[in-house]
Amino acid sequence: MSTEVAAQDLLRFITVGSVDDGKSTLIGRLLYEANAIYEDQLSSVKKASTAKNVDLDLSLLTDGLRAEREQGITIDVAYRYFSTPRRTFIIADAPGHEQYTRNMATGSSTAELALILVDARKGVLTQTRRHTLIAWLLGIRRMIVAVNKMDLVGYQKQVFDSIRADFEKCVEGFPGIELHFLPLSALGGENVINSNGAMPWYSGPSLLELLETLPATPSVSDSFRFPVQTVIRPNQDFRGYAGQVSSGTVKVGDEVLALPSGQRATVDGILLQTQNLEKAVTSQSIVLTLSKHIDLGRGDMLVSPEDPPKVTTRITSNLIWLSSTPLRDDTRYLIKHTTQTVCGRVIQLNKKIDIDTFTEIEGDSLGFNEIGEVEFELHSPVFCDVYKDNRVTGSFIVMDPRNNDTVAAGMITAMAQPGTGEASDSDAGSRVALQHGVTVWFTGLSGAGKTTICRAVATELLAHGLQVEVIDGDVIRKHLCKDLGFSKSDRDENIRRIAFVARMLTRNGVVVLVSAISPYRAAREEARHTIGDFVEVFVNTPLEVCELRDAKDLYKKAREGAIHGFTGIDDPYEPPVAPEIVCDTSRQNIREVSAKVVDKVLEHLSSSAAGSER
Amino acid sequence: MPNGSMAHLDALEAESIYILREVVAESAHPAMLYSVGKDSSVMLRLAQKAFYPGKIPFPLLHIDTGFKFREMLTFRDRICQELGVKLIVHTNTDAVKDGANPFKLSTSRCCALLKTKALLDALAMNGIDVAIGGARRDEEKSRAKERVFSLRDSLGQWDPKNQRPEFWNLYNVRIAPDQALRVFPLSNWTELDVWQYIDREQIPVVPLYFAKEREMLVRGDLVIPLDHPMDLLPGEKPQRVMCRMRSLGCTYCTGAIRSTASTVPDIIDELKLFRRSERENRVIDHDQEGSMELKKREGYF
Ligand SMILES: Nc1nc2c(ncn2[C@@H]2O[C@H](COP(=O)(O)OP(=O)(O)O)[C@@H](O)[C@H]2O)c(=O)[nH]1
Repeated sequence: MSTEVAAQDLLRFITVGSVDDGKSTLIGRLLYEANAIYEDQLSSVKKASTAKNVDLDLSLLTDGLRAEREQGITIDVAYRYFSTPRRTFIIADAPGHEQYTRNMATGSSTAELALILVDARKGVLTQTRRHTLIAWLLGIRRMIVAVNKMDLVGYQKQVFDSIRADFEKCVEGFPGIELHFLPLSALGGENVINSNGAMPWYSGPSLLELLETLPATPSVSDSFRFPVQTVIRPNQDFRGYAGQVSSGTVKVGDEVLALPSGQRATVDGILLQTQNLEKAVTSQSIVLTLSKHIDLGRGDMLVSPEDPPKVTTRITSNLIWLSSTPLRDDTRYLIKHTTQTVCGRVIQLNKKIDIDTFTEIEGDSLGFNEIGEVEFELHSPVFCDVYKDNRVTGSFIVMDPRNNDTVAAGMITAMAQPGTGEASDSDAGSRVALQHGVTVWFTGLSGAGKTTICRAVATELLAHGLQVEVIDGDVIRKHLCKDLGFSKSDRDENIRRIAFVARMLTRNGVVVLVSAISPYRAAREEARHTIGDFVEVFVNTPLEVCELRDAKDLYKKAREGAIHGFTGIDDPYEPPVAPEIVCDTSRQNIREVSAKVVDKVLEHLSSSAAGSER
Repeated sequence: MPNGSMAHLDALEAESIYILREVVAESAHPAMLYSVGKDSSVMLRLAQKAFYPGKIPFPLLHIDTGFKFREMLTFRDRICQELGVKLIVHTNTDAVKDGANPFKLSTSRCCALLKTKALLDALAMNGIDVAIGGARRDEEKSRAKERVFSLRDSLGQWDPKNQRPEFWNLYNVRIAPDQALRVFPLSNWTELDVWQYIDREQIPVVPLYFAKEREMLVRGDLVIPLDHPMDLLPGEKPQRVMCRMRSLGCTYCTGAIRSTASTVPDIIDELKLFRRSERENRVIDHDQEGSMELKKREGYF
């Protein structure tokens, strides 16, 4: 195959303009000239053009959905594709319609460059300014300003120069913007691909030349960030971490830091299916293997130890509100940041931003298409950088747990270090008033998936506005039960203490999630009796699978005889007789299991609430 | 190529792998719609890459209308066996028993029964909530605005007005019990990208894509395969034509193109010259203006 193709890179750009600036015509022309239009599509455009009694209306190539065609407007971002021998392009075609904020922001979020159209007769409009500022806010720094319809102003240099001066003035105070001005006529094709000499005073590159030569990589941090998407563990001999490099590069032999555990390891291998790579760069999807076994799963992040991101539960962000239901400070939201989803709550709306002027305005909420600076308190930490340094680790979306809609997109501007944020216990007002809570008791072998399910369930329940506490057997053994060993009587005592704490919390309306091996049936029955509001979840993942996972290397040690009395190996596990829920993480995935548990908890709470009213 | 940026096929590959992993990490019962065509073949390779050295962690679902090419079915069974993936084949047997075909019914009615209804039934029967499909945005006008993660209601219907905004690569995979998602990892690929990738990765595809002399029926501009019984018009008779399939659907509705491209590089060269959209030879898009969009609203992939 030709080497020409192998050397192409990819540029994603967004096109913006007000209605009738000639955007569709320009894109149609680019596609037409780049030979990216199929003959049959072209002939249907020719047919339609004849029907409309015009020459060849290239803007018809990019029209969209039926409904929009009927209304004669485009209302959603459309993606278009073309390539030249030098580069492949993805155009996010954002309409200049009233819903522009959401559309423009969506299209800008993945673009590295913006192509902004200005009608030579109209000059810089309020809209032009808005569009530019939204692109800037979403992190686009490199912009081409195309002054279109130059044919209608006699191809005069003066007109171009004055628009250029206006534009430069209007983006004053927005640091880092790199502007490239260009006069053109989309209709006639002047300066789109090349020039027919209509504007001898302009000697710069044509639009296509600019698109082909401007750097495709956005200027972001080169610190290594690798959010783990999933763990690949097909057999005893392989444990790999799959993900896409968010920024920076990684080489075999590099030391990496795992967050949140703080453990360090050395990169052993970088795999792309059967290829063993020496190095991976930003945006590559790979599998990493490490020199030693550390605690790492989806939502965790591998980073450069010299220059780690902030670990924080308190973030300040520029937030674009996308939903017709306004932002509320008494609602729990779900926040998806890299590969983890956490529960969060708005602490305050610092200010609202008027997108026409980019100045602060008064307001106590955000509505559809509005932008504001919002502080969030998160239930568990995220590992983040500010957006201007890193578009991947600096961005998040907000989802409403009640209808699963994506309600906002956020760009992190600042974050508090752990401990410096205010305590998060001031939300008594938003708590669902409950008589009693419930204890969900997860029992099963080590490595069965209890902790993972617990975490997922906690996030969901928090999003429902509930008070949640997690009691993890491993943590308890390091603190409350530090004095206990693994004899039968010590194990029973361990469970008794956990049940005691769980009971007090449950009594006070908390949903307590206990994750403990708790191998003995009698001890669990005693806990059920003590606590009363009790849901037993048997995590019945087969021993072979748990042993294969061996997240903590304990099975290996037990098999080697380094530890004794290990449940499942040389100490019995007594399965529950009538648990409320049974699951098996080797056959069901976390999403499925956690949904089941959440439903059960909600059912329990509503029936006990109904009971207490009567 | 400028320093530090990836070649375009590598960038597309990385994006698709990321999408597939998000699906598996965040959905309860994903499955991949496997149509046996070139796009499906590319998706399958990407799925292998995403989870290697593990196996592909979801089943494949093939909607068999009964009017598929024999070569497609042979190829399908061989590939699934080689990769050790689970294959679910579903046919709307009631409609087939009633003798549904595009001649008796209209093409749109036939598709509605044998494809759309069959697909929705198969998803429901197998409890599949997230279906991964090989559609590309460059394929057809109405797809240009399609999301990567596309929300469908309880009837499998697509509402262009009610799609979630998609920012960065942060996909919202959360759905209510009566909703479903269709996910398109090849959204940003073009037909040319697909063939270039097939060439680069040496991905096996159904031999029907390659030109050779075949027994065909020529009717006007259309070159129609004769795999399944077909009523000939007076004076018509099969003839040997040098041709290949540009896209694979049902034999009745997939026209062949006259071509001599018998290797993948030939096809790439042909594509660079031959600017006709691949769906042109499909009868179904020509029912009426915007007909693909209508089908999508009804739940067609
Ligand atoms: N004279 C002239 N007309 C243009 C030029 N570019 C676009 N137009 C016309 O401006 C009108 C609006 O163009 P269109 O591409 O639909 O604008 P959009 O709303 O920005 O997509 C159409 O009538 C075009 O033919 C140009 O360079 N010169």
